[in-house]
Amino acid sequence: MATSSTSTTLANAIAPCFVLDRREAVPALIGRHDDFLFVAGLAGTSRDIAALTNDAAHVYSMAGAMGGAAMMGLGLALARRDRRVMVLTGDGELLMNLGALATIAVLNPPNLSILVVDNGHYGETGYQKSHTSLGVDLEKIAAGSGIKRTATVEKAADLAGGARLLREGNGTAFVLLRVKPTEPPPFKRDLDPARCRVRFKLALPSPA
Amino acid sequence: MNVETKADSEAARWQDQVYDLLRRYNVTQIAYVPDAGHRILIDRSLADPQVHSVALTTEEEGVALLAGADLGGARGVLLLQSSGVGNCINMLSLTSGGRFPLLALVSMRGDFGEGNPWQYPMGRATQPVLEAMGVICLRADDPDEALRAVGAALTMVYQAGHAVAVLFTQKLLGAKKF
Repeated sequence: MATSSTSTTLANAIAPCFVLDRREAVPALIGRHDDFLFVAGLAGTSRDIAALTNDAAHVYSMAGAMGGAAMMGLGLALARRDRRVMVLTGDGELLMNLGALATIAVLNPPNLSILVVDNGHYGETGYQKSHTSLGVDLEKIAAGSGIKRTATVEKAADLAGGARLLREGNGTAFVLLRVKPTEPPPFKRDLDPARCRVRFKLALPSPA
Repeated sequence: MNVETKADSEAARWQDQVYDLLRRYNVTQIAYVPDAGHRILIDRSLADPQVHSVALTTEEEGVALLAGADLGGARGVLLLQSSGVGNCINMLSLTSGGRFPLLALVSMRGDFGEGNPWQYPMGRATQPVLEAMGVICLRADDPDEALRAVGAALTMVYQAGHAVAVLFTQKLLGAKKF
């Protein structure tokens, strides 16, 4: 991990308007995690979800293949219309393949939700600013791509509405969670992509 | 874009047979960036209410999509041009590392009779790049070979769990005229 308390402090100093902490806001938005199948992006969000679920089998997290989480969630959502699928990813991971939002909007599967934890930084590599610290608004990009159900959550009062959007409704939901650039939970999860694939598939019951 | 120089009906015959074969193997997610070489497969998928026809903005989206499909127990195919193979390279880390099955049908440019110099770099690199990322390549130069290669690939992918690309060469598809 190429992070230090100094870089975190620096990042905090340049982003004073963000008040939510991911360690509280992500669990609050997800609620009962058993209600979802998860595909998580690499770095921070994979640790958010591993800590919340104790690295459970209904989560498939990346540790590479950056830019693939949203599309992997789409493939899973199309395959399992009987289950709700959540893509949990970061601003940097999503920025690497914004076209995925357009592809998803065109199909608009009702059982897919995308939760982007936007800390405005590349936390994994030392808290360099991402484009979202410099004026890029991922909710507007999602809406402009054609996703009709979008929201930005940036204060405690927004959490309940964001949580509802992620688990209800008749089209793909996109929630942008803006958080302070603080550390995700420490968690040593299984990093073997093949073992996690088998684990996921064995634990997933066949459609009813 | 490939423009068929052979009779459309001849192209239709083998590509329709490829589509029927994919469906017999219960392929239900068909992902592609629009391409003349795959026109028949794409049009068949759009007209088929039993499949998800997924138009992509870039081919690497399809690699991730099909890995997600596999997690959910569904089968898919990625239709792409040789230039699109270059857009997939790092995403194939997911396929290779996760041992996800992957079936890709590649319409070749930059090979037999190519008139556009821009197509050569990626056309020439297609097979080495795929093989470097752990994808087995089967080349098909005529309709019979194409059908046999797709049949073989379906077994290699969905029975043996490998990643396989069938390369439809310009001997098969014809070269675009400039």
